[in-house]
Amino acid sequence: MENEKKYIFDNPDNVKRVLQILVACCVLLFALDFVIHRHVMHSWENLWGFYPVYGFVGCVILVLVAKWMRTFLMRAEDYYDEGDAEISEKPDPDEKYRAETGGNDVDA
Amino acid sequence: MWMPEIPPFLPFFIGALFAAVTRGTLRGVIMLAVPVASALHLWMVPEGVHLQLALFDYQLTPYRVDKLSLMFGYVFHIAAFIAIVYSLHVRDTLQQVTALMYAGSGLGAVFSGDLLTLFVFWELLAFTSVFLIWARRSRRSYQAGMRYLIIQVLSGVILLIGALFHAAENGSLDFGFIGLEGIAGWLIFIAFGIKCAFPFVHNWLTDAYPEATVTGTVFLSAFTTKVAVYALARGYPGTELLVYIGATMTCFPIFFAVIENDLRRVLAYSLINQVGFMVVGVGIGTALAINGAVSHAFNDVIFKGLLFMSMGAVLHMTGRMNGSDLGGLYKTMPKTTVLCIVGAASISAFPLFSGFVSKSMVMSAALENGYDWIWLMLLFASAGVFHHAGIKIPYFAFFAHDSGIRTSDPPNNMLLAMLIAAVLCIGIGVYPAALYSLLPYDTGYNPYDATHVLAQTQLLFFSALAFAWLNLRGMYPPELHSTNLDVEWFYRRLFPVAIQSLFAATWKLDGALRQAFVTRLHQCLHYLSGIYHVPTGLLTSARPAGSMAMWVAIFLAGYLFLSFFY
Repeated sequence: MENEKKYIFDNPDNVKRVLQILVACCVLLFALDFVIHRHVMHSWENLWGFYPVYGFVGCVILVLVAKWMRTFLMRAEDYYDEGDAEISEKPDPDEKYRAETGGNDVDA
Repeated sequence: MWMPEIPPFLPFFIGALFAAVTRGTLRGVIMLAVPVASALHLWMVPEGVHLQLALFDYQLTPYRVDKLSLMFGYVFHIAAFIAIVYSLHVRDTLQQVTALMYAGSGLGAVFSGDLLTLFVFWELLAFTSVFLIWARRSRRSYQAGMRYLIIQVLSGVILLIGALFHAAENGSLDFGFIGLEGIAGWLIFIAFGIKCAFPFVHNWLTDAYPEATVTGTVFLSAFTTKVAVYALARGYPGTELLVYIGATMTCFPIFFAVIENDLRRVLAYSLINQVGFMVVGVGIGTALAINGAVSHAFNDVIFKGLLFMSMGAVLHMTGRMNGSDLGGLYKTMPKTTVLCIVGAASISAFPLFSGFVSKSMVMSAALENGYDWIWLMLLFASAGVFHHAGIKIPYFAFFAHDSGIRTSDPPNNMLLAMLIAAVLCIGIGVYPAALYSLLPYDTGYNPYDATHVLAQTQLLFFSALAFAWLNLRGMYPPELHSTNLDVEWFYRRLFPVAIQSLFAATWKLDGALRQAFVTRLHQCLHYLSGIYHVPTGLLTSARPAGSMAMWVAIFLAGYLFLSFFY
């Protein structure tokens, strides 16, 4: 496509800008912890930066554990189709439809 | 012509009948008119209206209206309307008729006042919805639908047995508080649990929903699990076990969602996660917690529908649904992108979006009732749901690396349906009082206090920061073409393999036994022929002349003997 339009995130500067805004928001929200008077229900909530730290650490652990889970849970895409000779012989009807029409309809 | 006694499933079933014999625009008009007319009717039905009839010794209540059932009744109408608008372009009698019947069955279930009626609609939900999966008309969807049907019907059968025990124990089929006492209580609990996708029996959902049609999944996501949540809220409020089950449901699916490639399957996992919040609320059982569970179910139907619709739009336009094949679609599907982000913000419970005003009730209730660890799990799940549903879904579909796919926004009816859902998401988030006024209890809860808004915003922004950081460091697991093993492995792989090996071993043993028998038989024959198959033996074929002479003598003697009498 020679005259491909340039879109907003094709420019790496814009991506950088989004990240900068995100970091700025995070810093601001962290700082608000010290400004806003909070009425808490639980003693942990008194710890400064409890929610930011919990959110960040929680997500990192979530992703790392999920990544580790891949080592023993991941199988080939057609794992459950193995031994099902008919499936591997027949071409995917969707694929055929797509090839014929260049189209979209996946329902019929 | 207004009659409060018309139960809401009737218009849907009658509408389905009309839809079956019409076609084209007329059918579309009928399908749209059904939820609108039925909703207007329901809006005017006062609480406490009910229909009763007697079956043998039992009093049946096929229609009962109270605040709890009304709440689900309203949202089911909204969901049906949105999903019908979304599927207006579909020209498939099978899907259109069964979708109306499915919505009607959901309504029938939440308005049923006795266990027998509940059972009937429970099974109808299964039998009507399975066609939305089969309508994909591929071998994969056929098999997934079959597994779905078997599990759903099993749930119904357990419910029926439980109901019979309940009738024997209590002498009544009334569907009120049941509680975990006696066989009936446990059986019905298990039946509800299967439909509610409790851990270990959750795979029917992640298996079947992503295999359904583009529009079918939107219907599916709204009714089945919410009927189960309603049933739990009716029969088991305050059951402590539910708190732990629910907390597990919020946490474990997010790990699977992070590594899942099929984006509609990611949404299916996050559906379990959201239902987990509702189950925790039902388990705590206080007025605030039940309100939280019910309002979260209300909101979830809309924002989860919106997310499934946006992913359906992507599937419809590109024919692809794997995160690894998508990306960069914001360029050509800008409207869908924005609408998807609204759904993502709602499910992540950003302030001013609908998830925020309902999920916070469950979280507050957990803290108020001393479930500290549960609260921490819910907090983790909240960060996690933002991570996989709030960021991952829009990011991998619409941004990430450019897949090179150039398409366009979906047909207008799909956009309109998504727009309605998005407006509702923001509307409820900005003005929660409207939703709260419909709730079963009046708790005077206000989600928008500074502490709470700040805490939630911090949690979410730092989750986003974690995502950005992991992505920049290249530590985020890439989307890969893969299947991830889950509990379903037991019945999709282990069980068939075990059965096959068992049969193979049986046939082998059988063959060996037969062979041994035949060999033994041959040996016996050989032995016998050794004795009798010699020239002088009994079975010999070479008769000696002596024996012939003897037989001739015997015959002649016989003639002689007979000649004495004749």
